Parts: sequence; structure tokens; C-alpha cells
Amino acid sequence: MRAIMAAYYMEAKTPKEKTGKQIAWITSGGPVEPLHVMDVIPIYPENYGAMIGASKMGAGLCEKAEQMGYSSDLCSYARADIASATVNGGPIGGLPAPDMLICCNNICGTVLKWYEVQARYFNVPLFILDTPVCHTEFNPDMKRYVTAQIREYITFLEKTCGKAFDYDRMKEVGKLSVQAQALWQQILDTTMNRPAPMTCFDAFFHLAMIVTLRGTQVVLDFYESLLHEMKDRIAQGIGMVPEEKYRLIWDNIPVWYRLRWLSDKFAAHSACLVADTYTSGWCSSMKYLDENDFLGSLAEMYTRIFLNTGTGLMADNIIELVEKYGADGVVFHSNRSCKPYSLGQYDIQRLIQERTGIPTLMIEADMTDERYFSESQIETRIDAFIEMLK
Amino acid sequence: MITAGIDVGSISAKAAIMQDRKLLGASVILTGYNVQNAGRQVLDRVLSELNLSASRIDKIVATGYGRNSIGFADKAVTEITCHAAGGFFLNPEIRSIIDIGGQDSKAIVIDKDGRVRDFSMNDKCAAGTGRFLEVMARALEVDLDAFGELSLRAENTASISSLCTVFAESEVISLISKGAKRENIIAGIHASIASRVMAMAKRIGISPPVMMTGGVAKNIGVVKALEEKLDMPVIVSEHAQVNGAIGAALIASTV
Repeated sequence: MRAIMAAYYMEAKTPKEKTGKQIAWITSGGPVEPLHVMDVIPIYPENYGAMIGASKMGAGLCEKAEQMGYSSDLCSYARADIASATVNGGPIGGLPAPDMLICCNNICGTVLKWYEVQARYFNVPLFILDTPVCHTEFNPDMKRYVTAQIREYITFLEKTCGKAFDYDRMKEVGKLSVQAQALWQQILDTTMNRPAPMTCFDAFFHLAMIVTLRGTQVVLDFYESLLHEMKDRIAQGIGMVPEEKYRLIWDNIPVWYRLRWLSDKFAAHSACLVADTYTSGWCSSMKYLDENDFLGSLAEMYTRIFLNTGTGLMADNIIELVEKYGADGVVFHSNRSCKPYSLGQYDIQRLIQERTGIPTLMIEADMTDERYFSESQIETRIDAFIEMLK
Repeated sequence: MITAGIDVGSISAKAAIMQDRKLLGASVILTGYNVQNAGRQVLDRVLSELNLSASRIDKIVATGYGRNSIGFADKAVTEITCHAAGGFFLNPEIRSIIDIGGQDSKAIVIDKDGRVRDFSMNDKCAAGTGRFLEVMARALEVDLDAFGELSLRAENTASISSLCTVFAESEVISLISKGAKRENIIAGIHASIASRVMAMAKRIGISPPVMMTGGVAKNIGVVKALEEKLDMPVIVSEHAQVNGAIGAALIASTV
């Protein structure tokens, strides 16, 4: 996978004159498939934020953004990206400059201002796709509203790229995207097996493909071999956590700079994080997609993603995961950066305890900015939580 | 069977010795720089007070922030589990524990068998902890041990609104410069700790009887402020500060 991702970034960083391809920066929950139709390379500042976090370069770039005048209360992906753009920072020396920006607010409201900042900085056109929050439901008005914007999105792409949108190609790309999401779901579902052949820490790693390259064949090839590997492990009875005893669910974006530490910590307690609300976010609303009417169903699929739903629906979703994967507890990461993800967590915690009776744990940290991680505090909470499960 | 519990916290280290579920004795020293050393010293201290040789100890459990540094312990258990075990031993009626130590505060809900059902801890911040009180005592030039009694003499509780220790200290300094009475300021500090802890405790649904443990339980002012905020009586054992060590010693008999 590293090779595929390296090739992806390599192509993106190759001068346009050689590849003939434009570059779009897009939010993690944005509809990427039309970009592939137009042969535009999608680049995800959030994916880069994760890479920056995992490389422990988050605090440095966040500090840089704070020097530029951004508040330390602002999302650390936004801070890291805004700072990185000005100094070509991060593990691959900055992202290739965008020719356009695609911002969908189904994941948060911060992206609106963040992308406006970048549109001014790079002086490129910005398209905003506004997806109303599904507090309790998705209704026909929402569908009409978002579908109309999908049409505007295509017009925007035609204008920015200077060529007509190929609707036949859209059908092919749509099929590939649906297949990729279905495969990703199958991979995540292998952890229903006891012992689980992988943990959510593995899913955090393998996620990069479905986020960045869904709608292309390379994702399918890679995930098929990954699925095969997981099935093999199941057949041989190999679990990722030796002597798996406790099965837990993870909520929120990973703590990128402490993945290894957290993974080792839980494994030392024979606890396996079998599923999470984060990586399943890239397939959980697949059920709203119609493979044969991809563009027509796009609005519903992108509007009904986990983060764009109300607290009650989020709780339902987590309880479904608890039941499906046979979990003994839920670990919540209260993420200082991600307000929409973290805001309802105390209520969700209470709802889970009321409805399932299983215990939950809250740890406070940040996804990218390691200055917000307090090791001994978090260690005590995890240890005490496991003692409670015993 | 004789067991020892060692609770190495951020400010003080505690040790308790138990024999067949009876408390033989307990000691407290300052933790200082060397955690491992503090654990050894506090154990030696209580053993010499009891005139007991180290070889008589069958099992040792370590707890507190330094729990993983006590190499000679048979097991490390978190202070949450230990405070639940200790509190339940001291008073089996209790259903909730509020533990305020040097660098953190916790609320613990236990079931009728003394098992932890849920817990919450303060965010990574010193407000509402023993360290917070130490900072304030320094700013007010008052011995921390006198805080409790002084606050009971307050006429008007001062308002300290900041959630941050450093900013709260500035607030206290500005109150001092305005000539506010020490008693009133101290009562305000206690009220601010109590409201923080209350929010955390209510979130996990604490129910009476509530016991307060940890070093801060020695401060009658905080206890009274908590009773007021929670609108529940708060039980404090004479062994409040060594409760975690007692719990650890109890758990040691099952290791």
C-alpha cells in the first residue's frame, strides 16, 4: 500500500505539463468520483493531516499556524494544512498546489473557512457543496437541495477543466466506487470473527486507499488481496491481539501520533479494538447509493454520512456496531480538534450505557497536535477501564 | 496473610499494611523526585512503625501515578480500582467515591459488591486538584493545613470563575490586591473546586452515600463546599488520605 500511496503522491507532485492533469484539494467527505471522471487528481489535506500527525510533525506546524494568527482552538488539520502550505512542510514537503478546491461541509463547518483561506492563498476557484445536517431524518427537500448542487458541481468542473463531463465514464467510476466501498465493508467485517484478524489500528492505516482513490481500479485490486489475507488469517485462527479477551469499539478520529502506543497498550490488556465509527464512515452510507443511478443517489449518500447526522442517530449507529461486532465496551476519543465528532459524546455515552449496559471510556486528546496528549492520565484511564471490565 | 499497598501519588506516597482484612497501620511521606525510592521509603517507614520485618509481607500491590515504577510490587493496579476497594472496605454502604489527589480528581460509582461501575476523571488540567490548592496557598501565604478552618469563617464567598489554575491564581492575586479577606478568597477557591468536581460526578450519576477520599479530603472547607454543591452528605474517613493504599493492600490478598 505504501507503494501505491507513494505513486499517487508522486504523480500529484509531478509538474502538470508532464501529467496533463489538474489537481483538486477536496475534503474527506466530499464527492470525489466526478473528479476521477474529469481526470483531476484529488488531494486530501485531511489525509495529509493524518500523515503529519503520524510523523509527529503536527505540533510544529500547529505552532507555525498560531504564529500566523490562527487560534490554538482551531482544528489541528486546518492549522497543519494552512501552515504547511506556506512552508512546504510535513513528511512529503508539502502538498502539490491545487488548481481548484472542493469543499463539502458534511464533515464539519470548519472546512468552509479553511478552504476559503486556501482559495485566497492559492488564488484558485472554490466549490462549496452544502449538505444539511440530518438531525433525525433525510427528507426529499434535502435531496432536491443537494442534487441541484451536484449539477452545479459538474458545471463547475466543466468550466474549470475546460471540457465536457463524460456521463458514461461517470457510470464506470460510480461502479468502481460502490465496489470499493463494498469491499472495504467486507474487510472491516472480518473482525466479527473471534479472534479478530485485524484491529481498528490496522484499519486506520489501510483506510488511506478508500479515502483517496475510491472510484479507481487500483483500490479494488489492493483491497481484494487484503481481504484474502484477512480470510486466510481467520482460516488459520490467527488473531491480531494475542489471546483476545475484550472486544472494544473506537469512536472518533485516531490519535495519529500515538497509534503504536495505544495499540500496544490495549493489546497488553488482551483488548482488541474490533471496529470504529471512523473507518466505517467510508462505507456505512453505501446503502443509500444506487449503482445504476450513481449521480442521482450521490446526494443522499454524501448527506447521510455518520458525521452529518444527529446525536441520536450517531448513538444508534454505535449501538449497531456494538451488537454486530460483539463488543464489551466503547472507547471514546474526545478530540479537541473535531467539534462535530466530539460534541455529543457524553450523551452518546449515556445512551449506550442505558441501552446496552456496556461500559464506556472517555479519553481526551487531539488527532494531530501532540501537545494535547497526556500519557499518564490516559494510561490510568485505560488501565482502570480494563480493570472494570474484568 | 499480611499484605502491603503502596500508593505513590504526584505529591505524597502512602503505604498501608493489612492482615486478614484488618488495617495494621499506614504512613504518608512526600513523593519527591525518585518515585521508586519513595515507594520503598514509605513501606520501610510503616514497617518500622509496626515493628514488622519486610519478610513478613506476603504480597504487595502498587497504585497511583508511580504504580508501574515500583519494581518490588507483585502487581500494579490503578488508583480508581484501589479507591473503590478501600472505600468499600471502610464503609460497605457507600455507592460513590470522590477522590481528590495531588494532580487529579476522580468520581467513581460502585455497585453493592464494591465493584467499579463507572468513573470519570478531570480533564488534563490541575484545576480542582490538590496541586491547585497548593498554588493558591502559596499565593495567599497561608499554610495549606489551615485552609479548611479559615474558609469556614468566610462571610462572603469570593467568586473565582476561571477554570484554569494559572488564571485562577491571577484572579486570586487581583482579589488580594482589592483587599478581599483571605477567608472569603479561600472559601471561593473551595467552591470553585467543588463545582468542577460536581459536574464531573453528576455526569456519571453519582448517588449517595458518597465518600470523599484522597489528601484533599483532610480539608474540611472542600468537603463542606462539595456537600453544598452536591446537595448530599459527604462521608470522610479518618483514613481518607491512605484509602488508595488500603485498597491496594486489600487487592494484594487476592493476587
